[in-house]
Amino acid sequence: MLSFIARRIGTILLTMLCLTLVVFFLVNLEPNLKKLAISQTEMHTPPEQLESWLVNHGYRQNFFVRYGHWLGVLKMEPIVDATTGKASQRFSFCDDPIEPAYSGVLQGNFGCSTKFKTTVAAKLFPALRATGILMFWVLVVMVPVSLLIGILAGMREGSRTDRILSVASIATTATPEYVSGVIFTVIFASWLGWLNGSAASAAQGITFYNFTLPVITLAIYGIGYIARMTRASMVEVMTQQYIRTARLKGLSFSNVVIKHALRNALIAPFTVIMLQFPWLLTGVVIVETMFRYQGFGYTLVEAAGNNDIDLLLGCSLVSVFIVLITQLISDVGYAYLNPRIRVQ
Amino acid sequence: MQIEFIGAFNIIVGVLVRFWPVWLGLAIVLGASFAYKKRLGLYGQLFDSGVGIAGVVICLFWLFTAIFASTIAPFDPLSQIPVMKDVLPGAIEPASKGVYLFGGDKLARDIFSRMVYGSQIVLIIAPAATGFALMVGITLGLPAGYYGGKIDTILSFLANLVLAFPVILLFYLLVTPGIMDTPIPYAMAGLFFLFPIIFFSALFWTRYKNRPDRIYLLLGLTLVIGGWIYAGLVFDADPLRIVHIEPNQLNIFVAVVFASSPGVFRIVRGLTMDIKTRDYVAAAQTRGETPWYIMLWEILPNARGPLIVDACLRIGYTTILLGTLGYFGLGLAPESPDWGTAIKDASRLLRSFIHPALPPTIALMSFVLGLNLLADSLREQSMKD
Repeated sequence: MLSFIARRIGTILLTMLCLTLVVFFLVNLEPNLKKLAISQTEMHTPPEQLESWLVNHGYRQNFFVRYGHWLGVLKMEPIVDATTGKASQRFSFCDDPIEPAYSGVLQGNFGCSTKFKTTVAAKLFPALRATGILMFWVLVVMVPVSLLIGILAGMREGSRTDRILSVASIATTATPEYVSGVIFTVIFASWLGWLNGSAASAAQGITFYNFTLPVITLAIYGIGYIARMTRASMVEVMTQQYIRTARLKGLSFSNVVIKHALRNALIAPFTVIMLQFPWLLTGVVIVETMFRYQGFGYTLVEAAGNNDIDLLLGCSLVSVFIVLITQLISDVGYAYLNPRIRVQ
Repeated sequence: MQIEFIGAFNIIVGVLVRFWPVWLGLAIVLGASFAYKKRLGLYGQLFDSGVGIAGVVICLFWLFTAIFASTIAPFDPLSQIPVMKDVLPGAIEPASKGVYLFGGDKLARDIFSRMVYGSQIVLIIAPAATGFALMVGITLGLPAGYYGGKIDTILSFLANLVLAFPVILLFYLLVTPGIMDTPIPYAMAGLFFLFPIIFFSALFWTRYKNRPDRIYLLLGLTLVIGGWIYAGLVFDADPLRIVHIEPNQLNIFVAVVFASSPGVFRIVRGLTMDIKTRDYVAAAQTRGETPWYIMLWEILPNARGPLIVDACLRIGYTTILLGTLGYFGLGLAPESPDWGTAIKDASRLLRSFIHPALPPTIALMSFVLGLNLLADSLREQSMKD
């Protein structure tokens, strides 16, 4: 088991290395660097000055050297002014070393955000915390509701409850966040006026009034999917021999469902819930943009829109890490929960 | 100048009347389907359940809407009539006496016409991109599952690499205006669009290589049609000027294919690993058939059930992806009538006007719902066998 996890972690690290290299390549394409230089200098700067801005901030060094700097396996050289010979920082707003030093992700330095004029860490971690709170409430809503729907539907396959709940779950999986968000805002904010259509004030304090819409918008897309998986798993369990035995022993239907079926039926949904995280990540970006909530998704959109290289790399590192680690947890957890599956 | 309005009942009647080609098409297709239900195989069985009928009707509805868009839409989706800015549903346009059935948006365009034309964009790109993703996934997934070993390890690693990207990040990186100045989208298009040609060539070659009467015709057709579309899509050099795609649409297309082919790859690989243990595969191996014959003519036809279901779900998912792209203003032109862009424009003004937001959201939702219902009912029918 340990060697399995070790091998998986090795794969994860390799994947992260490859992916950051790809992202690094894409954000450093010539048009993107031009865009960055234009947004960082005054209006109507002549092309020569744009070029010198790029040179002065170290964007014209060799691609792999710069990737090594970012990663922290090569020494980051300070920018030396050609005329005065004085060494200076790349960006004054974050503490780049003046002496040559290893200063990259491996040393815990995520670089400088050109858009927000601060270090990436100072921007990214508060944003992750805000998104963490949102995710927590989403899971609190999504998991019990979807499991309940799935169990009720799968308990008696083909019944009227099953039909209605199944169609309802299909309907929610057909409703992406930007559709349900608009519909909920129209109903609850514009018509009824019960809830706030913007979560911008949630930074000061989370209330039912400003936080409900983002949470249900995010939760609803996942609910249908998890409910369908739970239903399928429940239907399968209900046809097993031991359920029939329990029924024939004379146990009541509710007793059989709660004591015998539930535990076995909940193994598969666990995996599905863990694998929902990558989808939630995309949903978070949409919902945070729509409801103006300053979390990870909002940061990602800002970073991508302004080609903020270090911040975007930080964001991709975090999101790829979340995707891969949840996959690992789901695999390990599945083996742990289901004694029939053993890792070779 | 005062704008006149028609009532809610008249709006509903007006919408129903405007859709007349769709009703006609639906009546013909559904009538024929019911009449010949017994002979239509899997498609006929769809009509046994309410869910299946609902799925077919919704999908056909949007299909016919896309086909007859120019007849249904009363106005041009891009033309602006300043006096109609933000008008409520049912406003009568003073000059032509035409009715803005669902009102006007912030740029004074007819929302109803934009919704109708938006279906064209979705119904061209989503199924086509899904088709290409299927080709890529099948062509790579079959050998990965059949041979296993090194090929499988490398291809699976690459697929997992793409799947580890959150879709939205992938789009932000791949669908930017800047990237169209680089050869990357064209290189990717060149790579992806090769797969259908490889797939069909291999398909015909493995089956008919000993029958010269068929093989030359089929291979020639594949290469001519494939090469023609390839030249038109990748190099924009179609000699007849029929196959043509805007650079930004090519970019979207490539990004969507790139994002969804690893999913197909995984499914095909899993199915292949399962099916290759069957007796009929062992029989083919004993007969001395080539590996590619076994993959394409023994394994693939037996994997068609789950693949058809997956394709339905995937078209819906691609529609959602296109909406996401539109919502973030990536790739599609800002005035494009597609549903995602319309939702983006409308959702910013929800505080003042809600009527521009509802038609595109409901359109997108209903189309994806139709596809999901169809997939669900197909799955149920194929489980029965």
